[in-house]
Amino acid sequence: MSNEEKQAPVQDQIKTFTAKDLASDQDVRWCPGCGDYSMLSQLQRALPEAGVRKENIAIVAGIGCSSRFPYYMSTYGFHGIHGRAVAIASGLKSAHRELSVWVATGDGDCLSIGGNHFIHALRRNIDINIMMFNNRIYALTKGQYSPTSDHGQKTKTSPQGVVDHPFNPVIIALGAEGTFVARSMDRDPKHLKEMMLRMHQHKGTSYIDVLQNCVIFNDGVYDLYTNKETRPDNTIYLEHGKPLVFGKERDKGLRLDGFRPQVVSLSEYSENDLLVHDEKSKELAFILAHMNDQPGFPMPLGVFLDIERTVYEDELQAQIDRAIGQKGGSDLESLLHGGQTWEIEENGGN
Amino acid sequence: MATTVETADGQRTKSVKFVELDDVTIRFAGDSGDGMQLTGTQFTSTTAQVGNDLSTFPDYPSEIRAPSGTLYGVSGFQIHFSSRSIHTPGDRFDTLVAMNPAALKVNLKLLHEGGNIIVNTDSFDAKNLKLAKYDENPLDDDSLKGYKVFPVPITSLTTRALEDLDLSTKEMQRSKNFFALGLLYWMYNRPMDPTLEWIKEKFGKNELVMKANEKALKAGYNFGNITETFTVRYNVRSAELPPGKYRNVTGNEATSLGMVAATMKAKLPGFLGSYPITPASEILQELSRLKKYNFRTFQAEDEIAGICTAIGASYGGSLAFTTTSGPGMALKTEAIGLALMVELPLVIVDVQRGGPSTGLPTKTEQSDLYQAILGRNGEAPVPVLAACSPANCFYAAFEAARIALKYMTPVILLTDGYIANGTEPWMLPHADDLPDISVPFADDPENFKPYLRDDHLSRPWAVPGMEGFEHRIGGLEKQHVTGNVSHDPANHQFMVEMRAKKVAGIADDIPVQTVFGPNEGDLAVVGWGGTYGAIRTAVERLQAEGKSVAHVHVKYLNPFPKNLGTILRRYKKLLIPELNLGQLAYILRATYRVESTTFSKVQGLPFTPMEIEDKANEILKNHVGARG
Repeated sequence: MSNEEKQAPVQDQIKTFTAKDLASDQDVRWCPGCGDYSMLSQLQRALPEAGVRKENIAIVAGIGCSSRFPYYMSTYGFHGIHGRAVAIASGLKSAHRELSVWVATGDGDCLSIGGNHFIHALRRNIDINIMMFNNRIYALTKGQYSPTSDHGQKTKTSPQGVVDHPFNPVIIALGAEGTFVARSMDRDPKHLKEMMLRMHQHKGTSYIDVLQNCVIFNDGVYDLYTNKETRPDNTIYLEHGKPLVFGKERDKGLRLDGFRPQVVSLSEYSENDLLVHDEKSKELAFILAHMNDQPGFPMPLGVFLDIERTVYEDELQAQIDRAIGQKGGSDLESLLHGGQTWEIEENGGN
Repeated sequence: MATTVETADGQRTKSVKFVELDDVTIRFAGDSGDGMQLTGTQFTSTTAQVGNDLSTFPDYPSEIRAPSGTLYGVSGFQIHFSSRSIHTPGDRFDTLVAMNPAALKVNLKLLHEGGNIIVNTDSFDAKNLKLAKYDENPLDDDSLKGYKVFPVPITSLTTRALEDLDLSTKEMQRSKNFFALGLLYWMYNRPMDPTLEWIKEKFGKNELVMKANEKALKAGYNFGNITETFTVRYNVRSAELPPGKYRNVTGNEATSLGMVAATMKAKLPGFLGSYPITPASEILQELSRLKKYNFRTFQAEDEIAGICTAIGASYGGSLAFTTTSGPGMALKTEAIGLALMVELPLVIVDVQRGGPSTGLPTKTEQSDLYQAILGRNGEAPVPVLAACSPANCFYAAFEAARIALKYMTPVILLTDGYIANGTEPWMLPHADDLPDISVPFADDPENFKPYLRDDHLSRPWAVPGMEGFEHRIGGLEKQHVTGNVSHDPANHQFMVEMRAKKVAGIADDIPVQTVFGPNEGDLAVVGWGGTYGAIRTAVERLQAEGKSVAHVHVKYLNPFPKNLGTILRRYKKLLIPELNLGQLAYILRATYRVESTTFSKVQGLPFTPMEIEDKANEILKNHVGARG
């Protein structure tokens, strides 16, 4: 099924609902100012527009601050165990294809303890939507470094600085053959909601790396990208088919020098010389994802990659349908009495 | 009975004597690459069709192709078949087929005195003798004096039989197990047709290999018929089994069928989340072929994902299972706790093997009982069942699913490598005779509360997609009735006790414990799981000698049947044979304050009836002063 087909909602059959209808009766207990609030309200705003039945929405989470997400939604919700949200969601979606399954997970939950499930879900391309709240810290356990914490960062478990090299989550998602890989941030709610709708539309695993501020244990980690003043010169929004321009004055752009991206001034180059974003190019996705590893480059936001590939649960269903269509019947009696059997007659022997 | 046939040289006739036997045990042994498992399963399949009762025991190394000729590379397959009802693969064997010196050395100690040894003399060369650590060729000295030795150059006879086929010598030699099989078919008077049909089906696409195997089989049969080496044939009459339709099953096959049957009788789609592990992988393999019964298999990235995908599928309204063995069970532990906290139905099958850690992957043991009953954080009661024989795995898997659904709980089913790989004839049930185990989903959205409990303390099951039942569940403690997250101290105590009470209450819903033999007396041999056959055979023998001995086999290990404590107190002594250091004994002592004698065996091998018989006699003599 193509994305278009999936998108086509049968609106008259679906009970409409609003963002308010998606709030549960439980008090939200994140710290005041936490970026998680933004994620919650944007998903509550996006889903009513997605053309999905409310009862078909299931939110699955692991363990961590962001993983309390399901309790705050009035949809079906499953708060799992640490790292396993993606595995639980994979089973749920494989067994029940009609559902719109969303995973709320953090950088520790998804990339550290749950890293294995994460990469394998992407490889299988199960149609679930993984929202990774990336605050680059373990917050619920009160401030230990995570797999996305900066090298050298001082935390409770790295008083002299983190020795580990951090993961770039987008690179992992691409490397694990993800078919939809995006990035957004808590401080850009409009973009966040747009990305969530894109995730819903994509058939296959959708992954988004959300730069999310932890006001208590890692406050200001993304200031460079979120402050109004510094944002334009330090972020770049990826838009399919458009040249990659950024800067407060829209005066900078990206071009390729061989395989290397280059920041150029539009006073020296025209827009025609710039790199044009292509969401269908795996190669470009890698180049852009790696770009901000180096100083002087903007943080890319938006959709890195959006490609089609067969979806796990659909292929599984097709195998089942084919098997059911095969000769021999699929009733229990024929299963039990199949294979090599023999009869013992009433008086013994055969 | 004797017949005469023409001998190979066509000059003379030989006299062949037919001997009627009740009971025969054969051990096929060779290198792990010699195809002994295939030879054994073919002999088994044919024997089943002849109508004998039978029991088998495959015994192989954990390496796929261990270095050839070595003692540790020996792969064996034992079959016990009879005209009577039998329960085990036999104490000792009557005939040993040894494809090389190592196979002879490893297995000789369990061959009956005077037993038959068929050896492949071609492999008794200096190199193989050295690998088997023989200083002298045992075929040339007196070391095999007490046995009937049949030296047969199996390899060269096979290549000679196949010389007109366009195959390399190496390829021809691969068929030597069929030659051995043919010879044994002749010796034990079994038809070749079932195997010829199987060869056609299996190798039909590769005509050369098909022909080679057919020819080798027939050559082996004819070799027995015409050479003077063999003058005795044995006959074992069909067993007087209860009338009905039978098939031969391994425990893993029966478990798989039980799982599918349960989903159909529950009217739910089936789901297995699993990660390959010896000796449980066959269940995943088997079920992946049974998709037409609307059964999904999910080969997960690890053991944890195996169970977590199953939990997800259960949440989504499937009857879900996960299968594993000891080390995988350890990895699933946290998720079992999650399943019991969210109170979703799930069956966890642990095909036990030698532990701890990687332990003895291909060998059997019963040492996961503590892990099953006690192995979780928190107060985490889970019903535990154990299957007692290959065919019983079917009913145990079905029953585990029934309990899981009715009580909205994970259930652990313990089997073990011995019954998982072993086979026995199974009198097939009819689909209509199996009970309906379906449970209703929640149906009243107005009054729906996710943790409101019914008469047997189960919560309602509402599946995503059901309008008006949207609710949240998870591993955090739940408030009674509403299911909201609660850290209230009194509520936690209430819920901990509620979960314990729910599982304990299952005792009212399972059969009472039965006893084989006297209801009271000198000795009860108490067992669980795969020791059933050995205990039953031993107890039958002791009873035949007039001794006051009963067999109590416990199939429900948590909760125990209500009358178990009363039964155990009716005997002067309790003997508990276990393939561990006394786990059931420990739990029975803690539960009922009963003393018992543990008979422990942890060698990666099942008990033989004789071992249990001897131990029981020792207790009767020393402690009970038994008569007779």
